[in-house]
Amino acid sequence: MSNAAKNLTTGARELIAFRVGNQEFCVNIMSVREIRGWAPATPMPHAPPFVLGVINLRGAVLPIVDLSARLGMTPAEPTVRHVIIVAQVKNQVVGLLVDAVSDILTVSDEEIQPTPDILSDFEKSFARGVLAIGGRMICLIELDAVFPREEREAA
Amino acid sequence: MDMNEIKEIFFQECEEQLAELETGLLKLNDGDRDPETVNAVFRAVHSIKGGAGAFGLDDLVSFAHVFETTLDCVRSNKLEPNQDVLKVMLRSADVLADLTNAARDGGTVDEARSRQLIKELEALANGESPQAAAAEPAPKAAPVVATMPAPAANDEGFQPVAFSFDDFETEEPAACDLPAYDIVFKPKSDLYSKGNDATLLLRDLSRLGQMSIHCDMDGLPTLDRMNPEAAYFTWKVSLKTDKGEEAIRSVFEFAEWDCDLDVTLAGDTPVATDELPMQPVPFDLSMLDEGAQAPTSAAQDQIAAQERDARDAAVSAAETASNVLQMAQTAARPPAEAGRNATTASSAAQTAAAQQAASAATPTIRVDLDRVDRLINLVGELVINQAMLSQSVIENDTNGTSSINMGLEELQQLTREIQDSVMAIRAQPVKPVFQRMSRIVREIADMTGKSVRLVTEGENTEVDKTVIDKLAEPLTHMIRNAVDHGLETPEKRLAAGKSAEGTVRLTAKHRSGRIVIELADDGAGINREKVRQKAIDNDLIAADANLSDEEIDNLIFHAGFSTADKISDISGRGVGMDVVKRSIQALGGRINISSKPGHGSIFTMSLPLTLAVLDGMVVTVANQTLVVPLTAIVETLQPEASAIHSFGASQRLISIRNSFCPLVDVGRILNFRGIQANPVDGVALLVESEGGGQRALMVDAIQGQRQVVIKSLEANYTHVPGIAAATILGDGRVALILDVDAIVSASRGQSLKPEISLAAAG
Repeated sequence: MSNAAKNLTTGARELIAFRVGNQEFCVNIMSVREIRGWAPATPMPHAPPFVLGVINLRGAVLPIVDLSARLGMTPAEPTVRHVIIVAQVKNQVVGLLVDAVSDILTVSDEEIQPTPDILSDFEKSFARGVLAIGGRMICLIELDAVFPREEREAA
Repeated sequence: MDMNEIKEIFFQECEEQLAELETGLLKLNDGDRDPETVNAVFRAVHSIKGGAGAFGLDDLVSFAHVFETTLDCVRSNKLEPNQDVLKVMLRSADVLADLTNAARDGGTVDEARSRQLIKELEALANGESPQAAAAEPAPKAAPVVATMPAPAANDEGFQPVAFSFDDFETEEPAACDLPAYDIVFKPKSDLYSKGNDATLLLRDLSRLGQMSIHCDMDGLPTLDRMNPEAAYFTWKVSLKTDKGEEAIRSVFEFAEWDCDLDVTLAGDTPVATDELPMQPVPFDLSMLDEGAQAPTSAAQDQIAAQERDARDAAVSAAETASNVLQMAQTAARPPAEAGRNATTASSAAQTAAAQQAASAATPTIRVDLDRVDRLINLVGELVINQAMLSQSVIENDTNGTSSINMGLEELQQLTREIQDSVMAIRAQPVKPVFQRMSRIVREIADMTGKSVRLVTEGENTEVDKTVIDKLAEPLTHMIRNAVDHGLETPEKRLAAGKSAEGTVRLTAKHRSGRIVIELADDGAGINREKVRQKAIDNDLIAADANLSDEEIDNLIFHAGFSTADKISDISGRGVGMDVVKRSIQALGGRINISSKPGHGSIFTMSLPLTLAVLDGMVVTVANQTLVVPLTAIVETLQPEASAIHSFGASQRLISIRNSFCPLVDVGRILNFRGIQANPVDGVALLVESEGGGQRALMVDAIQGQRQVVIKSLEANYTHVPGIAAATILGDGRVALILDVDAIVSASRGQSLKPEISLAAAG
């Protein structure tokens, strides 16, 4: 409660940090609905490689995105130790497959550094900034870009 | 709750009232003369008017008002509700519905039509008894009233005060037999500063008897000298009551010190009204007199304000309220005196009546469909979870009689019952849709000059709300067709030895887990020669084609097919029976025609009870579990090597009873595997697509047949070509439901690729 009040005044925000491969990323905690274990997904025909399929989330059909593949890294080979972050993106709910959830961070806006000036699709589509915490580099990503824009319009 | 929400509720109520209104009118049309029916109709219009007033929907109020006045004449037996009268009333009900819709959606209405109906209604109200419109209803057989003389003519210029306290005045004896009082009521500014309101006092006063009121504005200074906190008006009231002076004074009990009050007995002659000419003072009169024949537009705002105050539970259940009130008053009041008692009794009775009205209201609640859907979702999950739990207990428990097993069994029973009950929440009778159809029939009959009777049967047959919503459109079109094309003109009917009035029969019933809706007309039937000729002209069939009667009848479902010679208002809108067929099929339904020349046609639609559940064939394709809608499957067969024929480079055909049908490998077309599977290893599902083409879908194995709950893929993902939706299997995994039509068209060479490439970005 006091944290929330503080957040409002100082512009601090809470982020959920997780590991994909050997890199760390984080997303705004407000868009995270729940975190659950990996369950086998039903593959979708004609799906892009990063969409692993759909699972049943208490009666709703939840698409699972392999974040590793989506971010252009090696596609994950899901095991029981993998974790699905259920996140709200616009008015859709998406499951993000990550290696592990590592931390909940409370950071102020000033602590978020601008994305380093490297010209890559990756930087343009996902990264919204980087954080330096305890010698680690954590990349803040924007979930809006997890599903490409054209596709969300079609949906 | 903000204003818009309240308004939304009002419109929902309006819908119910309009349905009630139409039901009542149709009952009257069938010869029902039960006073309760008339009252129900009156109440419906009155409630709409009351609500509309509160929201300042002037058009609606003024139309409802005229309508109400005419209905009142029926209620008081001044107007015989014969066919002609009811015709006008039914059309008025339609206009009222239009006005309501226009008020909700901001659309426009046919003003000429509503003006015309206002005229007709007024003519009806005035036709049989000129004062009918102004008179309040003759009461039903209530104990007090039965002994009272009939209401007197309104020659003194009195108008009974009608606003929302409906029937209070019906208990009053006729005006001419009662002592009349002249009351001069001059509020001081203190009255207002203490929070009293002259209007409320006058309204209380009006409950005592027949009242005429005049506002003396002589004391009103010019604007520059006006003190906004001062009181300038004097009211001169002429009241006929048997309740005595004391009752009158008791009305002003709490305002006694803050006003000048003068109450005098005027004697038998209605001097008061002579002295106080009825000059239109809309500010005041209208507030108390919604019975005025032609409220000025300024007055309407006041009516609105008044109704807002007065609209409570007692209004909507005016009948109950007034009965209780009458009983209470009879008990409490010795005939000659004790007005004060009557007043207290009446307020007590009013409270009682309001309570009773509240409890007498139909015990229903309004719920968002979303909430119900969520519940259905969760219960579906519960069922799946329960099945999983049972499974794991059976696997782990060797002792079959353990209490866990018994508990599980009970749980299973409970979940099933919960599921049934939850599904029943969405089930609704088809009545509202059927009722809408009676309006369509009326309109088309008017336009075509035909005389048509709509008979509905089984309108209480229940079906899922989602189905009902989607039923209206195809049904409307079919009804239009039945009246426009199906029925002959009255002359032709008479010549054919039939009655001039055609009958359209709309029937709903349950049959083996589906709802069957039948639309039958007793018209000329399908002119097969004409249909055939038309089909030949349109190159649908060869000139020498040999078609059965049934095949010819089914030709009318082809796109762009109309047998009407000329394009009328009703037909030729570019919506043919093909659209009807498509929308029925989209609902998972089927439609059939049977027609007898000279005797009419019957269209039979068979629809699923719900869109949430689908009968499916669970199949395995490339290690994936898929569901194929059962409605699409014609038959299943085990292909033999000798029946498979290669056709060109990649196509394969299967011979079924000497005809060749293309084979479609579902696993290949959905990209689940790279090469085509050997058909001999699998099972072929012979399917028929919307376009009529047959295909043999190859799947690896059939797991079984079961009902599945349909889940949307689009909600969180996107539309996937070839996949209609998803479902959740007993083991909790998602299975995809095949879109057979898309698969069939894809096999014709159309692409089954996503419209946009998901892989493009990233």
